[in-house]
Amino acid sequence: MNVINPAGWRPAMGENVPGTPVQTFTGNRALQLEEALLFELGSADRSGVDFPATDTLDLAGLGPMARSDIPDLPGLSEPETVRHYTRLSRQNYAIDLGLFPLGSCTMKHNPRLDEKVARMPGFADVHPLQPVQTVQGALGVINELAQWLIELTGMHGVAMSPKAGAHGELCGLLCIRAALEAKGDPRDVILVPESAHGTNPATAAFAGFKVENIPATDEGRVDTAALIARLGPDVAGVMITNPNTCGLFERDLKVIADAVHAAGGYVYCDGANFNAIVGRVRPGDLGVDAMHINLHKTFSTPHGGGGPGSGPVVLSEALAPFGPLPFTARQADGSIRLIEEEQAHEDHPQAFGRMCAFHGQMGMFTRALAYILSHGADGLRQVSGDAVLNANYVLRSLDDVLDAPFGNAGHCMHEALFSDDGFAEGFSTLDLAKGLIDEGYHPMTVYFPLVVHGAMLVEPTETESKAGIDQFIGAMRSLAQRARAGDELLKSAPHLAPRRRLDETLAARRPRLVYREG
Amino acid sequence: MRYLPLTDADRSAMLAVIGAGSIDELFADVPAEARLAAPIAGLPGHASEMAVERHMARLSANNTTAGAVPFFLGAGAYRHHVPASVDHLIQRGEFLTAYTPYQPEIAQGTLQVLFEFQTQVARLFGTEIANASLYDGSTACWEAIAMAGRITRRGKAVLSGGLHPHYVETARTMARFTGDRLDTAAPELSATPDDEAVIARIDGETSCVVVQYPDILGRIPDLAKIASAAQAAGALLIAVVTEPVALGVLQSPGSLGADIVVGEGQSLGVGLQFGGPYLGLFGCREKYVRQLPGRLCGETVDADGKRGFVLTLSTREQHIRREKATSNICTNSGLCALAFSIHLTLLGGKGLAAMAKLSHAAARSTAAALAAIPGVAVVNSHYFNEFTVTLPRDARQVVRALADRQVLGGVSLGRLYPREEGLAKAMVVAATECTTDEDIAALAAALKEVLA
Repeated sequence: MNVINPAGWRPAMGENVPGTPVQTFTGNRALQLEEALLFELGSADRSGVDFPATDTLDLAGLGPMARSDIPDLPGLSEPETVRHYTRLSRQNYAIDLGLFPLGSCTMKHNPRLDEKVARMPGFADVHPLQPVQTVQGALGVINELAQWLIELTGMHGVAMSPKAGAHGELCGLLCIRAALEAKGDPRDVILVPESAHGTNPATAAFAGFKVENIPATDEGRVDTAALIARLGPDVAGVMITNPNTCGLFERDLKVIADAVHAAGGYVYCDGANFNAIVGRVRPGDLGVDAMHINLHKTFSTPHGGGGPGSGPVVLSEALAPFGPLPFTARQADGSIRLIEEEQAHEDHPQAFGRMCAFHGQMGMFTRALAYILSHGADGLRQVSGDAVLNANYVLRSLDDVLDAPFGNAGHCMHEALFSDDGFAEGFSTLDLAKGLIDEGYHPMTVYFPLVVHGAMLVEPTETESKAGIDQFIGAMRSLAQRARAGDELLKSAPHLAPRRRLDETLAARRPRLVYREG
Repeated sequence: MRYLPLTDADRSAMLAVIGAGSIDELFADVPAEARLAAPIAGLPGHASEMAVERHMARLSANNTTAGAVPFFLGAGAYRHHVPASVDHLIQRGEFLTAYTPYQPEIAQGTLQVLFEFQTQVARLFGTEIANASLYDGSTACWEAIAMAGRITRRGKAVLSGGLHPHYVETARTMARFTGDRLDTAAPELSATPDDEAVIARIDGETSCVVVQYPDILGRIPDLAKIASAAQAAGALLIAVVTEPVALGVLQSPGSLGADIVVGEGQSLGVGLQFGGPYLGLFGCREKYVRQLPGRLCGETVDADGKRGFVLTLSTREQHIRREKATSNICTNSGLCALAFSIHLTLLGGKGLAAMAKLSHAAARSTAAALAAIPGVAVVNSHYFNEFTVTLPRDARQVVRALADRQVLGGVSLGRLYPREEGLAKAMVVAATECTTDEDIAALAAALKEVLA
C-alpha cells in the first residue's frame, strides 16, 4: 500500500535476502526518491496561490463563451509544489553535477552571474511593445551583443530574432532565397554534407529547397571535389558545419566558398561548433555568407532540459539587406532605434519579413552578453583553446583502447570521435554509453555523426578541470576494456540509475502522451 | 579567468600527452591566413563579476519597468504575478543545466515534467494530446498551418482578421517560401469579431481556418460556429490562444471543436522578458499525432517494470527523418515549459479561474474609467482582460505622451498595423490581477490630460 502513488508503479515489498538489494516499503532508496505524478497528488480545488474572493465579481462582460465549470487542472499547496519539483529534479543528471560530454551540444558551465543579470527588472519586467523611449537599455543590450557577434565573426550584419539554432538556419536560408529572388535567379537545390546535423536537411526542406547530399572523405571532411563538381545554375547554396561534426576543421572551406560564389550560390555555415574557434578564426574570413550562433552553446546560456536556445545569424554584405525584422540601429545622438514594420519601408526595404513575434530571445541576450563581457576578447580565445586542448587530451588518452577513425587526420577540434570497432561480438556503443551512467556521467553523443559506425562523440568543453577529465578518462578506459572483453553486465547497464533501460518500442507502439485515470 | 579551471601547469602536461608544443599548434588545420595570432583588436579584455554586473545594471536601469508604473500593455504578452517558488525551482541546477532528455535513465525529472506539462496543456486547451513545447506562439501558429496542409493536402489557409499581426507576418514569411497561400484580412473596429466573414472565406481549397481566441482586439469569437463551418468544408479549425489565463473563465477551444489549438504560454510562469524566451503551446486531436511537430514525451516501463518516461515518436523528427521531418525544430522551450507547469500546479483549476476572474474584473474597471473620458469609446461588446478603445487622435502619439507621464497605457494599433490608416486612432488596453485601482485612476487621469 503506497497511498501517494496509487495509479503508478506500486513497489512490491519483497523479502530482504542477504546479498540482494534491500527492499523498502516506499520504493525509495534513501536519497533516491520516487515521485508520483501531479495528477495523483493534486486536485482542482487545492491551490498554492492566495487570491481575494471572486464570488461577487460580475462576469457578464465575458459574453456567451464563458465557461461554467473550473478547468480540470490539479493544484498543490506551495510546500507540496516545492517538494514535487525538487524530488523530480533529483532524478536528472546536469552539468552542475559533473562532466557532461555530449558532443556537438557543448555542455559547459553556466555562470550564475548571467542568471542574476537576466533577472534584473529592466530586462525581465519590460514588455516588448513598450514605447522605444522606455526600453533604451534593453535595446542597448541587443545592440551591444550584435556588435560583439559581428566583430567575433568578421561579418557585416546580424539578425538577432531567431529563437534557436534550427530557427537560425531557417533565417539564413531564407536570406539566401530572398537574395536569389531579388536577382531574378531562382535556384532550388541546397547541398548538405552527409555528416551534417539533421536540422540542416530538415531546414532546407522546410524553406522549400531540394536537398542533395555530398559525401565525406575517408579523412572525415567534405569531399571538396565532389561538392565543386555538383555546383551549377540550380544550386542555391551549401550548408557546411565548421568545425564539422567529426570534430575536424574543414580546411577547404575558403576554396569551397570561392567556388560556390563563382557559381552564383551562397555559403551557409552551421555555427553549432563556433565555440571551438571563437576568438581565433572569423568565419567572415573564410567566405561564409550566413552562420547561426547558438548562444546556448558558445556563449553558455543554460540548456534548461531542452531550451530555450537562441540562434542569431551573422550575415555577409551580400545577404545583410535581406535579413528579417526587427533589428536595432544606433543613431547619431546615441539613442537606439528599433526597426520594425513601421519603419521598414525606409530603412530596410528588402527584409524578407518577420520570423517570430517580438524581438527574439532577450533573456538569452542578457546572459550571453554577460558571458562575453566576463571573458573579453582574451578570455574567449582561451575558451576555444582550452576546449580544443581538453578534447585532444581525451582523444590521445583513449585512442589505444577505443578506435578513433580520424585519429590520424591530425588534431581534433573541440570534440573527439570514436567508433565501436574492436568491441566484443554483440556489444554496442549503447552498452558503453549506459555503462557510463553507472560511473556517474552523462553519456557522450552516440550514433552521430552517421558517417562513423557506432559513433561516440565526446565534447569535454573548457570548463572541466584536468583532474575531472582524468577521472572521466579512467572510467572510459575501464568501460572500453569491458566492452572489448564482452562483460555481460554492461549489456544490462545502467544498474544504479533511478530507472533501468526504458522500453522505447512500447512507448512508440502504444503512445501514452497524457495522463488518463485508470 | 574564473570560469576556466586549467592551470598553465595542467596545459603543459596535457600538451605533452598530445605531443603538441602549444595550444596554437592544435589549430594547424586552419589555413594560416585565417588564423588570428592574438585576441581580436579593439575589443575589451576579460572583466570581473563586479564590473560586468555594474555594466549590466546600468543598462537595466535605463528602462521603464512594468512593475514600476501603471501598466496596461498586452497584445500577445501579459504581466501576471509569478509566485516566488517558480523562479526558485527552475533555478535548481538539475533542471537549469540539464540537456534535452536523450538518456531517460538519468533524465526522469525533466521527462516527468514534460509528461505533466503535456497533460496540463491538453486539459487547458481541451485537446486530446499536446506536445512538449515549441519556441513561441507565433512559430507554433505557423507549424499548425503547415501541419494542417499535410493532413488535408490542401494549400490555402484562411486567417481571421483578429489574428495577432506578428503571427500573420511570421506565417507570411514562411508561406512565401513554401508556396502555401494565405487568405488574410485586417481587423475592423467592430464590437464583435469577424466570425461570419471568416466563414464566408472558406472554400474547397481551404486547409485550415486560423482564429485567435480572444482576438487581437480582445473580442471573443464563437469557435463552435466556425469549427462546424470549417469541418463541413473539409478544413481544420486552428484556434490560437495568446492569453492562456483566459481559459480559466472561457470554454476551451478543443471543447468547442477546434482540431488544433496553439498558443503562447508566456503569461504563466515565464514573465515579460521583452519578448523572449517565450513558450509555444501545441495541442491537437490524437489521430494527428504522427503529423505533430516537436518533441513528445510518452509513458513506458523500464526493464524492472517500473513506470518511466521517454521521448517518443521521434521518427517524425529531424535527427531521424532529416529532410522528411515534420519540422526542423530541435531545441524548444524546455525551461519555460517547466515554469509554466509549476505556475499552473500552484494555481490549480480553482486558482486559474480566480486569477482569470480578477483579470477580467480589472479590465472591466479600466474600461469603465476610460469610457468616461470625452472622446474615448470602448469598441468591444465582450472581452476577457483586454479591450480596444478608439481615441480622438493618433494612438501612437497618445501612447508616447502617456509614457512621458510615466504611464504605460496600452499598445497602439498604428504600431501593429502601420499601413492601416483606419486603425491609427485605436489602442488595445490590457489588465490583469496585478492591476490596482490606483493604476486605473492614474491611467484615466493621464489620458484625460493627454487628450485635453
